This record gives sequence, C-alpha cells and structure tokens, in this order.
Amino acid sequence: MPLARAHSVALLGVDGHVVEIEADVGGGLPRFNLVGLPDAALNESKDRVRAAIVNSGRIWPNERIVLALSPATLRKAGSGFDLALACAVLGASGVLPQSGLDGTVLLGELALDGRLRSVRGVLPGLLAARDAGMRRAVVPESALVEAALVDGIEVHGAASLGQALAFLQGGCTLPRPGPVEHDAAPEPPDLADVLGQEDARHAVEIAAAGGHHVLLVGPPGTGKTMLAQRFVGLLPRLTAEEALGLAAVRSVAGRLPGGGALSTVPPFVAPHHSSSMAALVGGGGGIARPGAVSLAHLGVLFMDEAPEWGASLLDALRTPLEEGEVRLARAEGTVQYPARFQLVLAANPCPCAPAHDRDCVCPSLIRRRYLGRLSGPLLDRVDLRARMFPVTGLAAATGAAEDTATVRARVHAARAAAAARWASLGWRTNAEVPGPVLRTRFALPRPAVRPLDAGLRAGELTARGADRALRVAWTLADLAGRDRPDEDLVETALFFRDRRAA
Amino acid sequence: MAAKDVLGRRGEDLAARYLEQQGLVVLSRNWRCRLGELDLVATDSERLVVCEVKTRSSTRFGAPAEAVDGRKAARIRRVAHAWLAAHHVRWCEVRFDVLAVIAAPGAPVTVQHYEAAF
Repeated sequence: MPLARAHSVALLGVDGHVVEIEADVGGGLPRFNLVGLPDAALNESKDRVRAAIVNSGRIWPNERIVLALSPATLRKAGSGFDLALACAVLGASGVLPQSGLDGTVLLGELALDGRLRSVRGVLPGLLAARDAGMRRAVVPESALVEAALVDGIEVHGAASLGQALAFLQGGCTLPRPGPVEHDAAPEPPDLADVLGQEDARHAVEIAAAGGHHVLLVGPPGTGKTMLAQRFVGLLPRLTAEEALGLAAVRSVAGRLPGGGALSTVPPFVAPHHSSSMAALVGGGGGIARPGAVSLAHLGVLFMDEAPEWGASLLDALRTPLEEGEVRLARAEGTVQYPARFQLVLAANPCPCAPAHDRDCVCPSLIRRRYLGRLSGPLLDRVDLRARMFPVTGLAAATGAAEDTATVRARVHAARAAAAARWASLGWRTNAEVPGPVLRTRFALPRPAVRPLDAGLRAGELTARGADRALRVAWTLADLAGRDRPDEDLVETALFFRDRRAA
Repeated sequence: MAAKDVLGRRGEDLAARYLEQQGLVVLSRNWRCRLGELDLVATDSERLVVCEVKTRSSTRFGAPAEAVDGRKAARIRRVAHAWLAAHHVRWCEVRFDVLAVIAAPGAPVTVQHYEAAF
C-alpha cells in the first residue's frame, strides 16, 4: 500500500495533541516533502530519518514521498517526530503493516545510525495520547522511567529504530516500564533543627496550614533559609494526580530527575536573585518553557534576599500568585503552565544586616528604602509577616523545639478542617477562598471583625489586606480546633500582617 | 570516450530496449539542438514520451533519479518544444519520463521507470 498513517504527539506547553502523520510514497522522482507547519528542527528530521532508515539496513523508497502532519494548522516543533516519520515512510513502502501502526503513538529522535534518543516531554505526550484513546506507545528506552508514571496506556521502550520496527512488525517484545516507586525522595530536613524563633515558626505553621504566603525578616544567621527549607516538610504529600501534573511540567522543562520515582514531596525551588524574568515565570522563543514559578507548583518558591530582586521580577509574581497559573504568549501561541505555589520571601532588615539590629550603621533613609523595594501590591498578597531575632543562647533553645512530625500533625488536622468546610465550594485551603465569600456567606459576627474595621478606618489596612487577615484568622481557628475565628484570633492574624513587623 | 560516457551509452541502449519491450516506438535517440539534448523520444501511439536516462554503476553517490532536479527538468521541457517544432508536430500530449538504470559491475542491471516524473 503506498499510503500509511502513524501517530505522534505535539506539545503546546504541557498540553499534548495527537498528530496524525500520513505518508504517501510514489508517483514521481525521488523527493521528500514534509507539510503541515513543521518548525526548523522538524524540517531537519527529513535528513535524519533517511540516514537512520538506510543505516538500519532498511530500504529507502527512491520515489516521491509526501508526509503530511495533521492537524495542519497546529505548529509542530522539535525532533520527537522522527520515529513516527520513519515508521510512516516504511509503512507506505510496505515494510510495516498498517495494523502495527494503528492506535500506536511513536515518540523519539533518531540518531543517524538508527539509535533512538530521548526527547523532552515524553510524560505529557503520553498523557495526551492516552486521553486521545491511543492503545500503546513506543518511546526511547531511556525514557521508560518517565513513561512508567503514566498508566492506562501500554508503553514499550526501544533502543533503536530496528528494534521498534521489529516490534511493530510483530513477533518481538520490547522492555516495559518497571513499577513506579513512590516516596523515594529523601525527607526534607527537620524543623527541630531551627533554634528558637517562636514567632517565625508559628508563622510558617499557619502558612502551611492555610496555604498562605509568608515573609520572614531578620538578620543573617537567624535561620530564615533553614526555616524555608523545612516548610515543605509541613505540607501534605502530593496526591498521585498532583505529582503527575508536576512531573509533566518538569518533563517539559527537561528537569525530570532520573531514578523513575514519582516524587510526592512538594517541590522546593529557590532561584537566585539574579534570575531573569524568563527563568522565573517561564519564557523562551517560539513556545515558552516553564519557569521557577511552575517548577514550584504545589510546593514552595523561596526568594531569599527578596529586596535584592528586581522590582519587575517581584511584580511579575503578582498574577501567578492570584491566579495559580501563568499564561505566556509568544509568536507561536499562548501556553499555560500551572503555578500554584506558596511564596516564602526572606529579607534582611537593612543592607548592612548586623547580627543585632542595634549595631546597624545604615542611614534611616536607606533602611526605609530597603524593604520599600518590596512593592505594596506584592506585600498585600503576602498574608503573613514574621520577624526573626538573633539567637541569644544555644543551650536555652535546645530540647524545646518541636519537630516536623508534631507540627505536621497539627497542620494536617487544620487543612482537613478547612478542606471539609470549603469542599462543597471547590476550595481546599483558606488562602484560595475569595474575599467576598468571607465577607458575606461566612461573615463573622460584628465583635470579631472590630479590629479590622479599626484598621481600615485608620488607613493601616487595605480592603484586600483585610480579606487576607480574615483568611489567616480562619486558619488560626482551624489550628486551634474552633469552628470560627473570634476577636482574639483576628487580632493575632493582624499581628502577622502588621507592616511594622517588616 | 571516457568511462562515464561508455556507461551512459550502455544505459541508453538498455533504456531503449526496455521501452521497446513496453511496446513504445523510439523516434529519436540523443537528439541535439542549441538548447541541449534529449536522450530518448518515443511514442506509445497516443502521446509523445520524452525520456531522460540516468545511469549509475552504484548508488554510492545517490540514486540515479535523484540527479534529475528542477533545472534539468526545465531544460528538457525547452528541448522538447524544440523537438516538436523541428519535426513539425502541431499539437500532441507529451509525457516526461525518467529511466534510472543501475548497471553495477557483476550484477544484473536494473531499470526503474518513473512515468510522468515531471
């Protein structure tokens, strides 16, 4: 039959689309046409595919070959189509039976000698193939660990074009992915290591329980970074579905760690303050790639030395913070990456940052400007601010510190309470609940909100700030095991967002 | 004659015989004019068949038919017009074929026929 059909997957961000590749062989002088919006890398695959087929000892049809990628309007990029293109050509020249290609997704880049190389985005590609009703998939053998994370589709790993062809012709088996291991990642460091810092520990506990963002201010060496690293230990493990979503983002970024385990530990991402906009929110030409905010999806984005970050970078965080996703528009389309992370900002109180604040030599204006670099709109989204103090005695603080397990138990109980309350409305944490709902359906009795009214009247609090304080108050109530916050808890919530603390 | 020309001559002989086996009548061989040369001009009694013959002794430097590119095709078209004018043919259907001959030493010769190649 001079016509054959194979399937592969085009990725647009983390969304995959199954692409049908039709090959027509014959009817003219030897020529190789590839139609259907291929990009430069895909156009080059013509030469790779030909060399790989010849060097695998197969016969390249010396006739006119037309390959059509459909849907033709979708921009297709990258080298992951090589295997499917080669199989379509060989199907059309009669080497492969069409029955072997039906319902099968083929992914992988071909080396000139016919070896099959791994490509980025195998995981989201397979997810899309499965959702499109594909029965089985052939992927590069080196991508099997990644492919193991997808169930509901039969995945086979081939090391070379020859192996893939033998498999598609029938009568040969290929390696299958091994069982998925969970929880292989090491446990994050323990909270018991942090000395003292009762306020900050409490803030971190509240943040973990309610999904709030937090700012830690204190001199160097007081444990800001230590505390932030221990934050992820307090968060609940990711569900299988969440972990898969995160793994898809990592796969697109080319950052899926080897080892084959689906990590259920929430991610901890700590970019340096010299990072570029593209590294932080995602970017790149053509189709944008995910940045730090998406790699921190469902985990913690830790920004150390927050005032040192460029103002435009910090303000770029505002939309992902509000919406839980980033949409990046580029010439070849708009992609959407998830970015529901918890922000932990850390800052020194001033540029000179002595161990004890009284030793500060900064002029007051410099001091004021330093934290002023964190813009108001950004800080409005940070529910919790905690001051950290120099450690005054090593002996005094030992033994008393709670470990991660103890705090995590309280956090999980509070999260469960919040989840039960919001379940019917579709939210999971207090931080996700819109302000109007807190002010109307779940309005607190008048005496409880008195501190907020006072703050609003005095101009110390914005309306959005009041909403945030309400959310923190609900989290405090969850942690305390009460069914709603009272005036005391609202006061406590306000303590953690007092600008003087920062 | 250089070795490549001997090979080309042999290929054209084989191609002519091949066409006759297919029931075509060869009208001209190596017809030349100012514009270039036509390897074979034949007819199947309905249309004129203009053939370009490409002969190679191996496929080490690519398949013979690959050497027929757009420029070559355009030249053959022009020469074919000259042939029609020279032979006072008013109007007829013309088909352009390519015959790829592989004459490897010590192996059977293969002829691949691309009908209506351009």
